[in-house]
Amino acid sequence: MTRGRFGAWAAAGLGAVYFLLPLIATFEFSLRMRRGQYSFDAYAAVFASGGFQASFLYSTGLALATIVVAAALVVPTAYFVRLRLPHLAGVVEFITLLPLVIPAIVLVFGYIRLYGSSSFLPLTSTSLGADALLMFGYVGLGLPYMYRSVDTALQAIDARTLTEAAESQGAGSLRILFQVILPNIRSGVLSGAFLTFAIVIGEFTFASLLDRPAFGPYLQRIGASRAYEPAALAVIAFALTWACLGLIQLVGGAPQASTRR
Amino acid sequence: MSFVTLARIQKSFGHAAVVKDFTLAVERGEFVTFLGPSGCGKTTILRMIAGFEQPSAGVIRIGGRDVTHLRANRRAIGMVFQAYALFPNMTVARNIGFGLKVAGKPAAEIEARVAEMLALIKLPDLAGRYPHQLSGGQQQRVSLARALAPNPQILLLDEPLSALDARIRVALREDIRALQRKLGITTIFVTHDQEEALSISDRIVVMHAGAIEQVGTPAEVYNRPKTRFVASFVGTLNTFAGVVADPAAGALRLGETTIFTRAPIEGARAGETRMLALRPEALSLEGAADGANALRVVIEDASFLGAVVRLKARFGDTILLADVFNAVGLALPQPGETVELSFRREDVIVLEGD
Repeated sequence: MTRGRFGAWAAAGLGAVYFLLPLIATFEFSLRMRRGQYSFDAYAAVFASGGFQASFLYSTGLALATIVVAAALVVPTAYFVRLRLPHLAGVVEFITLLPLVIPAIVLVFGYIRLYGSSSFLPLTSTSLGADALLMFGYVGLGLPYMYRSVDTALQAIDARTLTEAAESQGAGSLRILFQVILPNIRSGVLSGAFLTFAIVIGEFTFASLLDRPAFGPYLQRIGASRAYEPAALAVIAFALTWACLGLIQLVGGAPQASTRR
Repeated sequence: MSFVTLARIQKSFGHAAVVKDFTLAVERGEFVTFLGPSGCGKTTILRMIAGFEQPSAGVIRIGGRDVTHLRANRRAIGMVFQAYALFPNMTVARNIGFGLKVAGKPAAEIEARVAEMLALIKLPDLAGRYPHQLSGGQQQRVSLARALAPNPQILLLDEPLSALDARIRVALREDIRALQRKLGITTIFVTHDQEEALSISDRIVVMHAGAIEQVGTPAEVYNRPKTRFVASFVGTLNTFAGVVADPAAGALRLGETTIFTRAPIEGARAGETRMLALRPEALSLEGAADGANALRVVIEDASFLGAVVRLKARFGDTILLADVFNAVGLALPQPGETVELSFRREDVIVLEGD
């Protein structure tokens, strides 16, 4: 083995140890609930817990609603910015990056101030209103990922030429968007959707301060009061995130037959 | 009345004028080519006819109807793009039938028309393939079929052969011309390739810097270029300056030598300098016939090109290129040898402007 190759393997090994060791340790700890032997008791306890099921289902539903609203907002926006308003691309990109710059706690206090019980639109006064507010907040949080995924997909398919080809065939804007553009940026939309799902499923700040029964606050509560279950939950959260990333790879990164010349 | 008319079309992007006062009439069933270098405005005009760009000024009429401000999807045009632009999510059949579906045609009619178009482009067995499963040439044929399927008023071709390799390019351009003749569809073709333009067109519009330099048949543009730009852009040309000696007799002085044009030099006065042009193939080693012109030149080089031999010769300060046929037994002059190159009066081109 050459010196350069050994160095590369050593760096990769060191990186793997850095990331995997805590995970393996957490997993190992989560198996120690039964005294003197390894077991999945902690996982069984987590899955049997009503709190887990309710909060996970709540967050899953919220994540799906977030994805639908975000896609409905982002796909036409990115498409029309790229096609008709390219001079606004920089401004839109800046706006979509803001949720990465502004801390979630600042955003949620802004929401509470704007939509609190004494505001003109008191969304926090009802459970449904608070759910809607949380969902719109998540749309904002997922915006950088969803916008980038969709925009990159639009760039890859040369949306302008496809649009012009469809227009020359007599198609109107809606038909072009739904029958020509959307099916060809499906992988980009799905990438954005899975990233949004991964963000929403473990989000704590928004859900906690809006007092919603989401998975993030549940994780925090368990972590504060139990020993082994939090470790099991951490491993479950990792598995869910990795499953999402795997799906992105599967759907978006599948090698397509190259164009023959 | 002409089928497509472009009247005083102008187009500016910001302060940059890319099309200047462009006027052209295209007859029904005609195949017209816009030829020019990159950035000359030829594609911009095509996009304005298609409705993808709005003219800054001027009027576009198709079939007598003013379409200047009509949306692209209401113009009934068929367009073929350089990058094929097939819909990747649709099969070949669905791509070809897309326009018919948009028009609300019944499924049976769409199916029959798709089959007809597939036969026309000689790809009857590829209906179920996706674009990424086709070669570049096949994709462009499908793109052509898609453009023609809804029976458009005009066919617009935006450098459709540029992305293909040389052999496929020649085959496809012949097919395009044959299809156009068969269907009798008015066609506007954009290219920067002079050979393509010369081989395929009824008329060529040579463009430079957003304006028309010359409009004519391929033979007119090649044999009688009006300007120095056309002369230099279309084919290889020898250009040199001559002093008008007798405009009525068509006589010009090149140093000590006098040559004659076929007709009087209009608008010229004795003593004026005019730019002249000669095609390399107009020059001959076979001696001047009666009334023909001749120049004594010094041979600098001879390149064997197969069917022809290209001679590089010096006449004073001017380098002339001469193409002579490679006949069996041809005795080529050697470098440094002085020979006489002759040419007919008809072959002398007096260029407009400078």
